[in-house]
Amino acid sequence: MKFRGKIIDIACLNHFTRVITTISKLTKTCVLRLTPDHLYFVLSGKVANGGVSMWCELSQVNFFDEYQMEGVSSEDNEICLEVTPENLSRALKTVQNAKAVKVKLTKKHCPCLTVAAELPTLSSVSRVVTHDVPVDVIPRRLWNEFKEPDMPDFDVSIYLPPLKTMKNVVDRMKNLSNFLVMEANLSGEMNLKIDTDLVSVTTHFRDLGNPPWGEDSSQDGGPSQSRDPEAMAEARVDIRKLQQFLMGQQVNPSKAMCNIVHHGVVHLILLHEDVSLQYFIPAVA
Amino acid sequence: MPLSTQSQADDELYVFVATLDNARNLSNILRAIAFKDHAIFSATPNGLKVTVEDSKCMQANAFIQAEIFQEFTIREDLVGFQVNLTVLLDCLNIFGGTTVTGVSTTLRMCYRGYGYPLTLFLEEGGVVTVCKINTQEPEEPIDFEFCSSNVTNKVILQSESLKEAFSELDMTSEVLQITMSPSQPYFRLSTFGNSGNAHYDYPKDSDMMELFQCTKTQTNRYKMSLLKPSTKALALSCKVSVRTDIRGFLSLQYLVRNDDGQICFVEYYCCPDEEVEEE
Repeated sequence: MKFRGKIIDIACLNHFTRVITTISKLTKTCVLRLTPDHLYFVLSGKVANGGVSMWCELSQVNFFDEYQMEGVSSEDNEICLEVTPENLSRALKTVQNAKAVKVKLTKKHCPCLTVAAELPTLSSVSRVVTHDVPVDVIPRRLWNEFKEPDMPDFDVSIYLPPLKTMKNVVDRMKNLSNFLVMEANLSGEMNLKIDTDLVSVTTHFRDLGNPPWGEDSSQDGGPSQSRDPEAMAEARVDIRKLQQFLMGQQVNPSKAMCNIVHHGVVHLILLHEDVSLQYFIPAVA
Repeated sequence: MPLSTQSQADDELYVFVATLDNARNLSNILRAIAFKDHAIFSATPNGLKVTVEDSKCMQANAFIQAEIFQEFTIREDLVGFQVNLTVLLDCLNIFGGTTVTGVSTTLRMCYRGYGYPLTLFLEEGGVVTVCKINTQEPEEPIDFEFCSSNVTNKVILQSESLKEAFSELDMTSEVLQITMSPSQPYFRLSTFGNSGNAHYDYPKDSDMMELFQCTKTQTNRYKMSLLKPSTKALALSCKVSVRTDIRGFLSLQYLVRNDDGQICFVEYYCCPDEEVEEE
């Protein structure tokens, strides 16, 4: 197994660091899959993380100037590592003004992702900084837990309102309730609702628009029944999970949307130019 | 549904409707008295009074006159209810409450009467939030029987001068002692804490002193825990009047200007700490 990559463009480095920082806000640990073309940060939904799952996909060519990897074998040309994204984020943050940053898989006392950079100093001699971020190698037999999630058979697909507005509202709602109902329809309307003994609060978003695939997603190609555009699909979720997702967003995505499976799952999708992030929050009773 | 298309028919159901173009003109002043969860709302044709009490020895009132509101309609002489103030503030600030110039949250507050929730319609940037907050039977606010004829000492100060003292108050002192006198030290705040005694003196001819009417020397002590919350009202205010009556009861009145420069009042009443004898 080998991996070495080099980032020399400062904008790419900033962006890469921001993506990892966003991931670090969503989860304490996750799996990093390295393939010849992509990097994937994966969290598979387990009871321990409240059933939340995440899939973040980066195209390596948009970040790395040099990228070489050799996977576990020639048929399985990929590397699967368990990482703590915060450690990686912290390491990258210290090398933001380097001319070039190298990231490679090394073996110190344990397997590590080593971040190495030359930093300019006031004198003519550069300072070399190396961070060894410990990782765990995930054996091939467990790889099928970290596959790309299927697009759920959603009832409604809708573009999200401005994330900042959503975050402000959700932050306040969290003070009032542990659970929130997210509902949306094919007329571009979304409501966030909480209902407790003390208070009920509903925030209405209008004219959000629905993505073109937003019809009843019949994946088998059969005739899709037309859905009443006013009918709401809803899911009741743990507010902290939604808040955690919103807290992590540092950059405005070019597209942000949400698929809702009625009483099933909230599937959030953020698309940036070179990164896509999917986040699944299961519905609770 | 946008605020503007609220059906007229709905209005007839409400005994009390008040609207504001800027919800901060209500939330800011309420925050100044939000040291307890519950508040008593009393609406009259003159305006809105919100009362919060602590331990039956301290009471804070916020007054927002009818003129401050863009619309203020009341169908009875007095409409009263009790709500959870913490919840109300979270609702008023549902869109984040950060001060961005040019962006404000509009508010329409409606109440149908006994047994109904307090309904808030808040709108910012085309997004509408509807809140229904459960109400309870209002408790009778305590009447401190503080009247001008019994006032022995009164000063009006510019808040600036007191802000520093209040922010530095030694919180290890159980009491705040207030001395008011026609002679030295005129107006003195004292604390007795772990690190020693501290005194803040305000001479009667100080620039900050706008009015000085003290008829007799009085020293009273008040529980620090009861008065400390008044710091929030002080922070918002530009002027404060401090009055004591013959019983040693304290009245603090704060003149507060809202975002639009309009004037509202906050007042605090506090009983003296009975354990200590007056000097």
